[in-house]
Amino acid sequence: MRPLTEEETRVMFEKIAKYEKILKLAANIAGDKLVSLGTCFGKFTKTHKFRLHITALDYLAPYAKYKVWIKPGAEQSFLYGNHVLKSGLGRITENTSQYQGVVVYSMADIPLGFGVAAKSTQDCRKVDPMAIVVFHQADIGEYVRHEETLT
Amino acid sequence: MGRKLDPTKKEKRGPGRKARKQKGAETELARFLPAAGDENAKRLSSRARKRAAKRRLGSAETSEMNKRPGVKPLPGKLPKGISVGALQTPGKKGAQSLPNTARGKKRPAPAHSSDEEEEEEDSEEDGVVNQGNLWGSEDSDADMIDDYGIDSNSEDEDEEELLPIERAARRQKAQEAVAGGPWSEEETEEEEEVSPESGPQKEYETDGGLQINLDEEEPFVLPPAGEMEQDILPVKGPRAQAPDLQRIHKRIQDIVGVLRDFGTQREEGRSRAEYLHRLQRDLATYYSYGDFLLGKLMDLFPLSELVEFLEANEVPRPITLRTNTLKTRRRDLAQALINRGVNLDPLGKWSKTGLVVYDSSVPIGATPEYLAGHYMLQGASSMLPVMALAPQEHERILDMCCAPGGKTSYIAQLMKNTGVILANDANAERLKSVVGNLHRLGVTNTIISHYDGRQFPKVVGGFDRVLLDAPCSGTGVISKDPAVKTNKDEKDILRCAHLQKELLLSAIDSVNATSKTGGYLVYCTCSIMVEENEWVVDYALKKRNVRLVPTGLDFGQEGFTRFRERRFHPTLRSTRRFYPHTHNMDGFFIAKFKKFSNSIPQSQTAPGNSAASTPTNPDVPDLKGQVTPQPESSSKPAKKARGAVKAEWHLQKRQRPRKTSFQKQNGIPKGADSELPTGPSVPKVQASSKLQGNRQPAEQAVVIRKPKVTGKLKQQSPKLQSSKKVAFRRQNAPLKGMDTEMPSGLSLSKPLATWKPENCVQPQGAEKVKQQVPQKPSKKAAFQKQNGTSEGPQTPTMSPLSASRPPPAKRRKSQSRGSSRPPLS
Repeated sequence: MRPLTEEETRVMFEKIAKYEKILKLAANIAGDKLVSLGTCFGKFTKTHKFRLHITALDYLAPYAKYKVWIKPGAEQSFLYGNHVLKSGLGRITENTSQYQGVVVYSMADIPLGFGVAAKSTQDCRKVDPMAIVVFHQADIGEYVRHEETLT
Repeated sequence: MGRKLDPTKKEKRGPGRKARKQKGAETELARFLPAAGDENAKRLSSRARKRAAKRRLGSAETSEMNKRPGVKPLPGKLPKGISVGALQTPGKKGAQSLPNTARGKKRPAPAHSSDEEEEEEDSEEDGVVNQGNLWGSEDSDADMIDDYGIDSNSEDEDEEELLPIERAARRQKAQEAVAGGPWSEEETEEEEEVSPESGPQKEYETDGGLQINLDEEEPFVLPPAGEMEQDILPVKGPRAQAPDLQRIHKRIQDIVGVLRDFGTQREEGRSRAEYLHRLQRDLATYYSYGDFLLGKLMDLFPLSELVEFLEANEVPRPITLRTNTLKTRRRDLAQALINRGVNLDPLGKWSKTGLVVYDSSVPIGATPEYLAGHYMLQGASSMLPVMALAPQEHERILDMCCAPGGKTSYIAQLMKNTGVILANDANAERLKSVVGNLHRLGVTNTIISHYDGRQFPKVVGGFDRVLLDAPCSGTGVISKDPAVKTNKDEKDILRCAHLQKELLLSAIDSVNATSKTGGYLVYCTCSIMVEENEWVVDYALKKRNVRLVPTGLDFGQEGFTRFRERRFHPTLRSTRRFYPHTHNMDGFFIAKFKKFSNSIPQSQTAPGNSAASTPTNPDVPDLKGQVTPQPESSSKPAKKARGAVKAEWHLQKRQRPRKTSFQKQNGIPKGADSELPTGPSVPKVQASSKLQGNRQPAEQAVVIRKPKVTGKLKQQSPKLQSSKKVAFRRQNAPLKGMDTEMPSGLSLSKPLATWKPENCVQPQGAEKVKQQVPQKPSKKAAFQKQNGTSEGPQTPTMSPLSASRPPPAKRRKSQSRGSSRPPLS
């Protein structure tokens, strides 16, 4: 599942360009000693699929076309890695199609993570409160939960 | 039915004994003393009060009293061996005797009256009539005596419950109050540490209007030596005793009190060391410290502060956090957190981004704001070194021991994500948290690496600023990790100090002194030990071309310039120490250096290794945007310098007689670099020494070297004279033995930078020459050794502030005038 594919490539290259200066300096550091440089957007899997990390959130959030806001009560649940239910849904951008990549926000406009819309906007209105409307993909709670495997 | 009137059972009226004590002696004494306004509104000593009371009552009665200081009471009537001289005239009524007891001592007054009443009681038992009279008369005295009577009776009853020691003490005080003089014959069971007069008097003088509960207690007695050992019984084992913490705590307070006023409160025959030893053991037991650490703390703090420090270490410091200005503002963050139910406040005037959390209904490390990277949990003292470092935008910064990343992220936010930060740590596990934190906080200008800090600057150098938060023993953060109390000992501290020194030297070498905006290094530790702080800083001042500058922090205690037997450089006053008990933040030490020269002074001490030492980045050009590996850059300037120097030397050589003995010392072959600035540099150096006063130490240093040099010179001269190749040089050696020795050191001091590359060449050249010239192989060693020694006196660090330090390495002539003078001046 790949949210924001065109956007993401564009943004990625934009940001990478800024790292040139840093890259030069980092060239001095031996490969095995270099732990991290810049911001890790994601990793390629063995089958060459690109898995986006939560660390890319800062960069992608401003460019998100489709956003979902969740209620304060549902924040905690999402931050623990659960999907978003209809009961927790606050707002959703118009014209969101099904399986569209979305960025999840709190009501205070703090980006919380990525997701995939399980239902289109129209369907969201019709469906019952316990149905899943956004599939969870990555959330900022992972900074604490998955600190070891972050990057 | 009416009450049974039992005259023997008297009702207690008025405030009881304890209530009167609580109100204070003043209330009791107020009956006997005039109002305070009558006197000069001054606090009177007990003698003064006595006098005042006497004056008031008239001399007659007092004189009577004084006539019979040693009047023996009716022994038969007195219960339980009240001592001789304890009581006054039995005939006197309470009214008259009581004023005499009004010297401000509670006990004597009741004791008096109790003693008297005891007598009277005894007589009362004879007949009811007497009793009635007594009671009546007492009643007539405005109920005061009645209370005392009651009181004394109650005290009588209680007296039997009192320990004999307490009774005896009361008696003593009574005697002393009346007699106003010598100590009574009767000794108490325990040794009294405080003389009765001076002790209580002192207490009154000092405490004045305070609660005089002190008087109630026994003066502190240091347990005799035998008893001391008792407490050192093992805690484990068959005869183990759990230490009585209450008792120990009380004893600690007592000893501190005694030591505060040792001259008067000491016990005879007990030395100060005994008290201190006892105190150390008690503190170690009470606060669970190891003996070593407690001994160190006792050296560091005065006693009053020591107890506060130990107490502060039992309690955690308040939680503080730092706003991430890359993502939010402090105002907004505070608002958001308050909405979540966190009770917080700005940290202080000195911080624009800090917040202190008093309590919180949600876990402060897991709020959505935290996860979104709006703030970082960071100790208040950890914010200080970054404030001292003051990183500017577009600079290149090195953070040598960065985990868990709090300081690195603060640096990044101050730089607004510009420039480059190299965040390094030697511990791979903790690096993961660095990565996580930096990503979370949105820091983009950082490279994270996993090196041992001592490998800088070989890996990469030339930074504008460096922050070194050195690994330490952790004695400042005992509240976070109580294990430090017991598991640190001498070896650990010294090991830490050694590592810190190495790291600090590497850090200094990684700073680029010629940086336009920087050249600063901040060294900090979370330890309060002098071995890890001032000593390490002082070491660096001696070994490198750095000096201390003010940190920019206007609070905190100044670092020590001397400690026990050690003496440190006076600029150490600009370093800062922070303590948990004074600043309510973790113990910390911060020092800020400015590097004023990139060259590294050669050490004086080791003759062997200085010859072999490689020149490290002498005058490396500013690495703006270019990362040039070190070896490349060093060779270029060396070549340049050699050429320039050579030309100059040629000229000067003609002018001056050749004082070239030390050339042979260094084994400089004729072919290469033969024109060493012996002659020319000598007068130059001497001249410059006159100009710059700090040359004199160099001369001194050289003078010290003289004997060595002379010896070798003489050794070598006869043989070298025989060689034809360098004959003309070496001839000068014996002639100008004395002269040349002087310059040898001095002259070498000047062109140090050029010297180094030449020295690399020289030994090989020397060997060639020696091969040509028949010489003993031992000469090689002597040559090389002399290389070392003659280089030796040149150039340890110069700090312009200290005349006692040897002068700095002299720059190469080609570049020296331009670049080096400004920093020197």
